Amino acid sequence: MIRVVLPAHLRTLARVDGEVELEVEGPVTQRSVLDALEARYPMLRGTIREHVTQQRRPFVRFFACERDLSHEPPDAPLPDVVATGAEPFLVVGAMAGG
Amino acid sequence: MSGVRVLVGTRKGAFVLTSDGKRERWDIRGPHFAGWEIYHLKGSPADPNRLYASQSTGWFGQLIQRSNDGGNTWEPVGNQFVYDGVPGTHQWYDGTPHPWEFARVWHLEPSLTDPDTVYAGVEDAALFRSIDGGQTWQEIPGLRRHESAPSWQPGAGGMCLHTILLDPSDPGRIFIAISSAGAFRTDDAGKTWRPINRGLVSEGIPDPTAEVGHCVHRIAMHRSRPGVLFMQKHWDVMRSDDAGESWQEVSGNLPTDFGFPIDVHAHEPDTIYVVPIKNDSEHYPPEGKLRVYRSRTGGHEWEALTKGLPQRDCYVNVLRDAMTVDSLDPCGVYFGTTGGQVYVSADAGDNWAPIVRDLPAVLSVEVQTLS
Repeated sequence: MIRVVLPAHLRTLARVDGEVELEVEGPVTQRSVLDALEARYPMLRGTIREHVTQQRRPFVRFFACERDLSHEPPDAPLPDVVATGAEPFLVVGAMAGG
Repeated sequence: MSGVRVLVGTRKGAFVLTSDGKRERWDIRGPHFAGWEIYHLKGSPADPNRLYASQSTGWFGQLIQRSNDGGNTWEPVGNQFVYDGVPGTHQWYDGTPHPWEFARVWHLEPSLTDPDTVYAGVEDAALFRSIDGGQTWQEIPGLRRHESAPSWQPGAGGMCLHTILLDPSDPGRIFIAISSAGAFRTDDAGKTWRPINRGLVSEGIPDPTAEVGHCVHRIAMHRSRPGVLFMQKHWDVMRSDDAGESWQEVSGNLPTDFGFPIDVHAHEPDTIYVVPIKNDSEHYPPEGKLRVYRSRTGGHEWEALTKGLPQRDCYVNVLRDAMTVDSLDPCGVYFGTTGGQVYVSADAGDNWAPIVRDLPAVLSVEVQTLS
């Protein structure tokens, strides 16, 4: 079970409260987690990653275990504690704009 | 009993304002999509309960929302806007080639006859269409394949396609406008386009009478007379009597002919409205007086409409999509400001009153006349 924390705007869009729990088949990576997230909540497509390039949107960050994983390769394994559900995977809207 | 539903897009959400035909007492609902920029929302002329909204932020990109019940409930629909083929380049601000990049939807124009068909004007400038109620979007690529497209440059607000006028007398004819490429027309439902900017004079571009490159802010038509167009250009208010083949300046006695919106009275095709703004570096009304100007002669001769509008210390702007008219009699005129006020005149502009005073900055105002 993977735990994902979404920023407030995306929780509203997906109509969820609190954390999202996902089952991910195979290796637990940024890509596989986001694929599972978008499969469950299609309205999130394009809001975290660009539709075509699948690149992270510039003002979105990925945190876990008090680390910024935003620049990790999308197919790199996420920390074991994220894969086991002990720690959440955080999708964060960057603080910007003053 | 007739009534109106005013659809307001703001920097921080959408609001729906409703009233009966008197347009005196208002019910205000919102914010919908709180915290998101709502560049535009508009109802289908063929089904007034079908609404479309453009929702975006710099963080999470573009969404399109659809309502089937007049704005009480909404559902996100398709948000994938992919340019047709290899996008190519346009000019950047510094004149260098810049790849076409989708930024946001500025304007949504529902079909006059089919609630499931809707056009989207986007930044970087292109025209998209959905024929399935917004679920999927396809570019109408002929516009961006015009030979002039590589030379198009953005205006200060981005290279946006902000105006879409569907000709009610000819399904194949569409007018669009782009800041700052100018106005274009298709007569074959989008296959081919041509610039319609003859007569425009813009001192801010190398060739002031160039075929393209003009910063057109808004075009309006009266549906009974679609060959007559009115334009608020960056500077100059213009008129065309031949569907854009040629334009004549009709700024006349306006205190300044800079501005953003322009619209036409619902029942008087020669009665038009603009909101003069001081100049292109000071985006607020001259002298701190918020004045709508009305011409009953299709231009040239203008009168200031001030009753009920602030006549001192007013430094708001009225953006290009933020003025509209209803089709009641007398005609109602509406506009919203960057200060968050939405004003209504239920008597064609003679008297004004605020519907609301303290919304977020208003980006767009549309109205539906309901029977």
